[in-house]
Amino acid sequence: MTDAPYDLAPGDVSIFGRAARMAASGVGIYTIGLVLAVILTATSFWVANTSLLWALGVPMGLVVLAIAQMGVHLVFFLHITTAPDNTNNVLALAFGVLIVFLVVVGSLWIMTDLNTNLMQSAESMNLMQQ
Amino acid sequence: MNVAVAVYDVKQDAFAPDSEAAASKRVVVGFGFWVFLLSDIVMFSALFAAYAVLVHATAGSPAGPQLFNQVSVAIQTACLLASSYTCGLMSLAVSAQRRLDTYRFALITFALGAAFLALEIREFAGMIASGATPQTSAFLSAYFTVVGCHGLHVTAGLIWLAVMMAQVAIKGFRPSVDRRLLCFALFWHALDIIWVWLFTAVYLMGVLP
Repeated sequence: MTDAPYDLAPGDVSIFGRAARMAASGVGIYTIGLVLAVILTATSFWVANTSLLWALGVPMGLVVLAIAQMGVHLVFFLHITTAPDNTNNVLALAFGVLIVFLVVVGSLWIMTDLNTNLMQSAESMNLMQQ
Repeated sequence: MNVAVAVYDVKQDAFAPDSEAAASKRVVVGFGFWVFLLSDIVMFSALFAAYAVLVHATAGSPAGPQLFNQVSVAIQTACLLASSYTCGLMSLAVSAQRRLDTYRFALITFALGAAFLALEIREFAGMIASGATPQTSAFLSAYFTVVGCHGLHVTAGLIWLAVMMAQVAIKGFRPSVDRRLLCFALFWHALDIIWVWLFTAVYLMGVLP
């Protein structure tokens, strides 16, 4: 089996090598990821339950924390990097994120718009009948 | 002529760019599974969108603040995050071909995943017993679909992990088994990413005043 110099499978831990010293650095990477994820998760639960923060800003803060934690998982657990050997993985991920964004934001936008328009047409119908 | 042989020949000759070696099978399999996972996440995004649209359509039945138990959700989150960590340690053990460590971390990963699933089933059973079934309201239909779909993925992951440990025991660390373990680790980490969005969008935003 020939290892190509320009590609790496996502999540591949062979980058850490088989020597004991390198394997220890692999454990270190996963441990950093775990600590960061625990901090972000604890912050999320605190933000949702505290009354110290401006209530209208809390949902936005939760979304930012979730995006940050997704980044931590991608970097420390799935080993997605900006290195040339990861270009294919990053491009596929970027396309996936684009589609997810379109589906979620598009659905919410269209359905909110429909709700608003339905209410308006009901009012205008009443006005026409009067 | 055998088609598979023909395809294999073409791959060797035509798809190798100038002076670069063709990607190894491990890279191709890993990338293919990565694309599958992204399409799986796109499917979840549709379920999330449905939930976000229907979250206020409770039809007079109980909504999030009355139904969700944050302590249970926090324990579930801790279980899944810890199992993601031990799954990573299992990947390192597989890479170093340490069989005993592989079994040990796989067992911890399995136990934490099973604990997560037990808590989720208990939560679902409690809600259904109190009359909050998927048929009660559009909000509950969307809730059970998106959370239940993630639970089914975790169930499939647990079965997969058990099968992989049997393969390690019988076949050993041959390249085909290593590739499957790589894909399993990807799958398990992706489930944790989906859970991050679940506890944020469904449980934490669901209990906001």
